[in-house]
Amino acid sequence: MKITLKVWRQQNGKTPGEFKTYQLNDVSEDMSFLEMFDILNDDLVRKQDEPVAFDHDCREGICGMCSMYINGRAHGPMTGTTTCQLHMRHFKDGDTIVVEPWRATAFPIIKDLMVDRSAFDRVIQAGGFVSVNTGNAVDANSVPIPKQDADKAFDAAACIGCGACVATCKNASAMLFVSAKVSQLALLPQGQPERHIRVKKMVEIMDAEGFGNCTNTGACEVECPKEISLENIARMNRDYLVANIAD
Amino acid sequence: MNYWYCLKCLYFRSVFYEPDGCLCVYNLVMILLQRDLQRTPSVATFAHLTNSLKHMSTVSTGLFRSSLGRKYLMALSGLFLCTFLIVHLIGNLQLFAGDGGQAFNVYSYFMTHNPLIKIVAYVNYAFILLHVFDGLYLTMQNRKARPQGYAKVDQSKSSTWSSRNMGILGTLILVFLIVHMRTFWFEMKFGNMPVISYDGDPIQYKDMYVVVVEAFEQAWYSALYVISMFALAFHLYHGFQSGFQSIGLNHHRYTPTIKSVGTFLFGILIPALFAAMPIFFYIKSL
Repeated sequence: MKITLKVWRQQNGKTPGEFKTYQLNDVSEDMSFLEMFDILNDDLVRKQDEPVAFDHDCREGICGMCSMYINGRAHGPMTGTTTCQLHMRHFKDGDTIVVEPWRATAFPIIKDLMVDRSAFDRVIQAGGFVSVNTGNAVDANSVPIPKQDADKAFDAAACIGCGACVATCKNASAMLFVSAKVSQLALLPQGQPERHIRVKKMVEIMDAEGFGNCTNTGACEVECPKEISLENIARMNRDYLVANIAD
Repeated sequence: MNYWYCLKCLYFRSVFYEPDGCLCVYNLVMILLQRDLQRTPSVATFAHLTNSLKHMSTVSTGLFRSSLGRKYLMALSGLFLCTFLIVHLIGNLQLFAGDGGQAFNVYSYFMTHNPLIKIVAYVNYAFILLHVFDGLYLTMQNRKARPQGYAKVDQSKSSTWSSRNMGILGTLILVFLIVHMRTFWFEMKFGNMPVISYDGDPIQYKDMYVVVVEAFEQAWYSALYVISMFALAFHLYHGFQSGFQSIGLNHHRYTPTIKSVGTFLFGILIPALFAAMPIFFYIKSL
């Protein structure tokens, strides 16, 4: 396959960036999108050029590092996948592909396609935990949890914090991420004692980090590689309202 | 048996209640009051009242300063305006009564003279302003959240057109509202209107019907109305169901119903019936 890549190159957060065009002549259909970038970087290094900086880690769709905005969509044209799980067979021979970093005030660009997503960590630090010393692992089923609740909590916990929701949202809102992290604990008995204070603190930090507001377009749900549901956002909206009225 | 009698609520209580711990409303209020009085013992009831008010107001400023709180305001004001639309539509359908405007003029008189309706009207104006300014504020914040946009954006597969253009649609509706209020509301309040009286009724009615008919005989005016109703349709197609999501009401059993009400009632039927009014009177005038 012949692929033309238009890649965003930016030295650091302070200097302005620009698109650079690269031609790849020998791309296999079986390559993942990141493997194509490995080939590109190999070419660049051989030419004594600077390789494209991009985030990646597990390359099996579970770490959430591979942040790329591909042809106008977070993680490219397929739904429910990360960039590392996107294969070149979904593109056509001779395609031009535009690759950009996540763009949001809360995600400042470090270099090229790498962004700083530590704003998510600070949201988690604000309350995305259960602050109790759990001791040894207890027997399974010693705390009975209905199957539906366990499933919903697990679905929310599937969030890998990749930031695709922020990247794809027209308002750069982090509601899907924060609501998943609120829900995974709000649905379980262990999360109940801090349920109100957690949602209040996490929303406070979410706002302070400069994420936008939710307009319920639902784009995040479609682009989320783990297909986190909008129901979580509603649950957070509900919990936040109740927490503010009750406390 | 160990029963005793609560002197405050006059009910028999079983042993499971402490003698002065009856869970009747009277007792609960007394317990709450006493707790607050212990906290602020010096100035009794007045301090209690102002403290509660102060607490409530700080809670609300804190709540409504947050992104979620702003969305609650957006949703609640929007849903209130949706219910207003239904009432407004039902009233205005009397234009089609075919009685030369009598039903409509009597209705207009009622709507401008009933004190309860007057209060609701001012609440309605307040909600329109709240919806507009809150929307502006949120949009400005959203712009700040992504100062540098993408070179290539393809959102057609992940969200609906109307959900991405609520601000533009809302602005069109606002322009329409200003024109609409100038033509009808302003004339009714301050204009020099023709009056009409009906047999057996001593009241002199302002002839709103004639004003409506004359306005809709102008092609450009009717066209503006029809275009604005399209904007309203798309705004409500997303807005109605979005309001429920914003206040946290999303349920696999009820949300599909809410979405179809948003689509068929607020997205099609209501705007279509509103648009039918200018179309009807324009065609009639030809």
